[in-house]
Amino acid sequence: MNLYLCIAAMAVTTYLIRLLPMTLFRKPIRSRFVRSFLHYVPYACLTAMTFPAILNSTESVLSGLAALVTAVVLAFRGKSLITVALGSSCAVLLTEFFITHI
Amino acid sequence: MTAMKQQSTYTRGLHRGLGVGVGYFSVSFGFGAMAAAQGIRALDATLISATNLTSAGQFAGLTLIVAGTTLWELILTQLVINSRYALMSLALSQKMGRDIGLLPRLAIAFFNTDEIFALAIAEREKLTTPFMLGLGTMPILGWTGGTLCGALAGSVLPLGIRTALGVMLYGMFVAIVVPPAREEKPVLAVVVLALILSCLFAWMPGLKTVSAGIAIVICTVAAAGICAVLFPVPDEEVAA
Repeated sequence: MNLYLCIAAMAVTTYLIRLLPMTLFRKPIRSRFVRSFLHYVPYACLTAMTFPAILNSTESVLSGLAALVTAVVLAFRGKSLITVALGSSCAVLLTEFFITHI
Repeated sequence: MTAMKQQSTYTRGLHRGLGVGVGYFSVSFGFGAMAAAQGIRALDATLISATNLTSAGQFAGLTLIVAGTTLWELILTQLVINSRYALMSLALSQKMGRDIGLLPRLAIAFFNTDEIFALAIAEREKLTTPFMLGLGTMPILGWTGGTLCGALAGSVLPLGIRTALGVMLYGMFVAIVVPPAREEKPVLAVVVLALILSCLFAWMPGLKTVSAGIAIVICTVAAAGICAVLFPVPDEEVAA
């Protein structure tokens, strides 16, 4: 599949989702189900995209697991977005260092 | 409105969006690094960010493109993952009122991300076109610039560092999900449900053959749908 065709398809779809409710269909959504559904969508899709994919995103499952555990612990303690992200990166570096040198 | 007044309103929006712009730079740095690690050229990764301006959607799209997907699967995935923007655009549309015409809306809709939406809704003064355009400027620059830097860094750094950088994006997803899951039981339920479904699609014989995009779509629709029935959100929360 042509890369630019893919990028265009993604961009147009995302733009229309944002544009149409701002221009053509401007009535508020009354259905409580639809509003609840849309409220929960980000959490569901971010979770599904992260796990178990994170385990296979690094050289070994161990370092992927280390990244996940570090991120969850840091996020649970309320650390900022960038701290959590860098923390999980460091966990990967350290784990892979130990795996290759020990 | 005079030209000078317009300019000062634009500057006010610019300042208001600065923090989000800086934050976007770091998140998209992770996206760029990951794209480079998967063999996407730096300028192509930058093009994705400049035209899409959405973290989760882009990330899913990237995964699908690398895996070799069909156009329909790509579009369906974007529709589901980015569906929440429809709700935000509706709310923002109400708040903007009649004073902001069709032409500015064409631009504002493009950069209606979660964070810019939150800033616009929190704004006490009346929303104007120059303010909204100012608000979007730094986040767009940060998101696009961060992707370029991340992709360039990702293509020159040694493999070990590249892999570590690629994990950043997952770290950020965790950082978005965990705090509300800790506070709100319904969100925790959504997360646990999505987790179980996602594992089934990854490891269960039979389900394993389902392609990545469709698996994400099914996990998202099922988890969000079931929890929307079990724990409907209170009315005032979505009035924002």
